[in-house]
Amino acid sequence: MIGHDIELTILDVQGDQVRVGIKAPRNVAVHRKEIYEEIRKENLSAVAVKDTNLQLLNEKFKKKDDSTTS
Amino acid sequence: MQLETAHFGVIEFNEEDILYFPEGIPGFEANKKYALIVDQETSTNFFFLQSTEDSQLCFIVTDPFMLYAGYGVDVDDEDVELLGITDPKTVMTLAIVVIPEDIKEARVNLKAPILINVEKKLGKQIILKDDSLPIRYYLQQNS
Repeated sequence: MIGHDIELTILDVQGDQVRVGIKAPRNVAVHRKEIYEEIRKENLSAVAVKDTNLQLLNEKFKKKDDSTTS
Repeated sequence: MQLETAHFGVIEFNEEDILYFPEGIPGFEANKKYALIVDQETSTNFFFLQSTEDSQLCFIVTDPFMLYAGYGVDVDDEDVELLGITDPKTVMTLAIVVIPEDIKEARVNLKAPILINVEKKLGKQIILKDDSLPIRYYLQQNS
């Protein structure tokens, strides 16, 4: 237990892999660290955009609804 | 106010419309103020979330509901509280777009959208519990 309302359970052990279950109230955010890290990395890639690439994307996805042909 | 942007040079922006991200955005925790910019010259579905503190920091965002059929956002109580959400109608959902050197790799993060309480001008990138939603949803699916 962590505090009085977060419960950790070992669900399964296979070789060097352990599956952990977390039971927590709805107001507690539970996310795997690697997911958070991946999102962080995606964000870092997201801000490095060249203007030329931006134009390409704009052309490609101009009025996406009209151009359903590929 | 005059706002220096990454893609549009210096623009005029209404200071009252600045969005506050109390926790920043993962990777950019120190930057908490952003301006949402719509480029009126291009008729695409992309918008710009420009930091008002760092002109080089700008996210390209889009409406995930238009990209992905059946997209849904289930917001944690914790996030509802942080964003001061009382009416779902005042919440705007935006997904971050990644446009790498190779444009074929252009993708959208559906797992962690940015929520904005339009009324209170508060924002946060939340992480959805739905594990079927990809962090990298490629815009070019069939090539």
